[in-house]
Amino acid sequence: MYKSIFLFLLVACVACDSTAGDTLQHRKSITVLPDSNNAGLKLPNGFSALKVAENMGRARHIAVNQQGDIYVKLERKLNGNGIMYLRDLNKDGRTEEVNGFGNYTGTGIAIHKGYLYASSDEEVFRYKLNDKGEVENREAPEKIITGLINRRQHASKSITLDNNGNIYVNIGAFSNSCQEKDRQTGSMGMNPCPILDSAGGVWQFKANVLNQTYANGVRYATGLRNVVGLDWNTQTNKLFVTQHGRDQLNNLFPQYYDDKANAELPAETMYEINPGDNAGWPYAYFDNQQNKLILAPEYGGDGKKVPTTSFKVPDMAFPAHMAPNALLFYTGNQFPARYKNGAFIAFHGSWNRFPLPQEGFYVAFIPFENGKPTGKWEVFANGFSGVEVVNNLRAVAHRPCGLAQGPDGSLYVSDDNKGSIFRIMYQGNQ
Amino acid sequence: MMKRNMIERIANCYSAFLLTGTLLLSFTAKGQTTTLEASMQRGKTIYVQRCVACHQPDGGGVPHMNPPLDGASAVKGKDKFRLIQVIVKGMTDRVEIDGEFYSNNMAPHADLTDQQVADVLTYIRNNWSNKAGAVTPAEVKAARAKLK
Repeated sequence: MYKSIFLFLLVACVACDSTAGDTLQHRKSITVLPDSNNAGLKLPNGFSALKVAENMGRARHIAVNQQGDIYVKLERKLNGNGIMYLRDLNKDGRTEEVNGFGNYTGTGIAIHKGYLYASSDEEVFRYKLNDKGEVENREAPEKIITGLINRRQHASKSITLDNNGNIYVNIGAFSNSCQEKDRQTGSMGMNPCPILDSAGGVWQFKANVLNQTYANGVRYATGLRNVVGLDWNTQTNKLFVTQHGRDQLNNLFPQYYDDKANAELPAETMYEINPGDNAGWPYAYFDNQQNKLILAPEYGGDGKKVPTTSFKVPDMAFPAHMAPNALLFYTGNQFPARYKNGAFIAFHGSWNRFPLPQEGFYVAFIPFENGKPTGKWEVFANGFSGVEVVNNLRAVAHRPCGLAQGPDGSLYVSDDNKGSIFRIMYQGNQ
Repeated sequence: MMKRNMIERIANCYSAFLLTGTLLLSFTAKGQTTTLEASMQRGKTIYVQRCVACHQPDGGGVPHMNPPLDGASAVKGKDKFRLIQVIVKGMTDRVEIDGEFYSNNMAPHADLTDQQVADVLTYIRNNWSNKAGAVTPAEVKAARAKLK
């Protein structure tokens, strides 16, 4: 039975491939059948989904080459490897061949102009890709950046590239709010915050120069606590980032914030970044209820006072603690026109909203026009957690972490909890 | 006569011993149960105030960030000193816990009294699937003396 379905699909696939012209390019994906339950996801009308692979470990960020094969960066080694290369040999959309390489763990991975870039929590490497989209010299990458700070907290180094030869690296702050004593009740903030010299921002380096250190890089933007999601908007040539806001306002300053206030504050934020921008961490945070920047309690704030210094205001604010772990501008043609050039954001899901239920665990979408959001954010793909209400993190099945666009315009989502890779397709009428 | 007296005295003594023993046993058993339950109740209040945000209501923690307490070998284990140390001094080291690493720092809770440290440890050692017995204020006091 399965064999005959497989044969039918193979024939259908080959037939489609041989007859499809350029105008039907996006229809090619129709030969890839979604899972009958859309891999457990809830999607807008006309969209469907399948699980490309499972049990790929701590699958952080992902990159898809022109052949539709997937590179997965792992936070912990799987079978001794830090990068997985997933190949779909029979073009059914599912992985048949898994190869591993890379003797380091981390989060960042990207394909750009014939190279695969990947980061550990201290360094960034690149590998030349051949015309099949394969890494030929797996054990000898070029080390382009080294010596980045890693002090456990917010250690992941997310990366993206522009079209002008630069790579952007997030260096997360190794602290919650730059308190003299991290996460201790009432401990005040260090002023100025010394962490900002080497972290709490995005650094720009050259994409093709070896062994760069802090001395060779430019602090492109600062006051960003931990940017896990970042992407280059090729329409306007601007860097966009999504920041994880600070935790534990209620535990650390109970005189100003109760449990409910902590559950809703501060906003998770998205910014369009210009060189030299300062988003305010740790001195201020964005309050999405008062809709303004508020002075952090570590620096004399009381939940109402505003900072006297001017900081960047976010271009989009989200509910607190949802952890935007990936940002992707959609440039494909498969999805309906309103998605073109818009932003997808993978929310890893919160842990710091008790006694309220935890939030996030979905992929959101923001419509864009000419590089600016034109509407509010909306939930695009939900159901990753596998439970209606998340009251305990242990109950969560999948946590969205990485996003990538396939050559046919499909959207790929990685899950770093169970190591599943999802593929979302549009098969409705345009 | 004398012999009888002696036997009576021994018997009396024995029954008195038995009675005392039984009383003592029942008192201790009842006392222990009450003590454990009361300690867990007080410990739960502290847990909700100080621990639940990171370690979660089910003690399951947050993957790769905050370690679980439910089922954790160190929480269930015999080394009470180490547990008291973590509460009082916090934890910022990169250590492997049951095969996993966790990224967040834990703040010290040195302001808790010996009784409160004992209560919250008793709570986490006997809640969820854990059944590891109580920690007493005396044990906390002794450990704290060594930690200074």
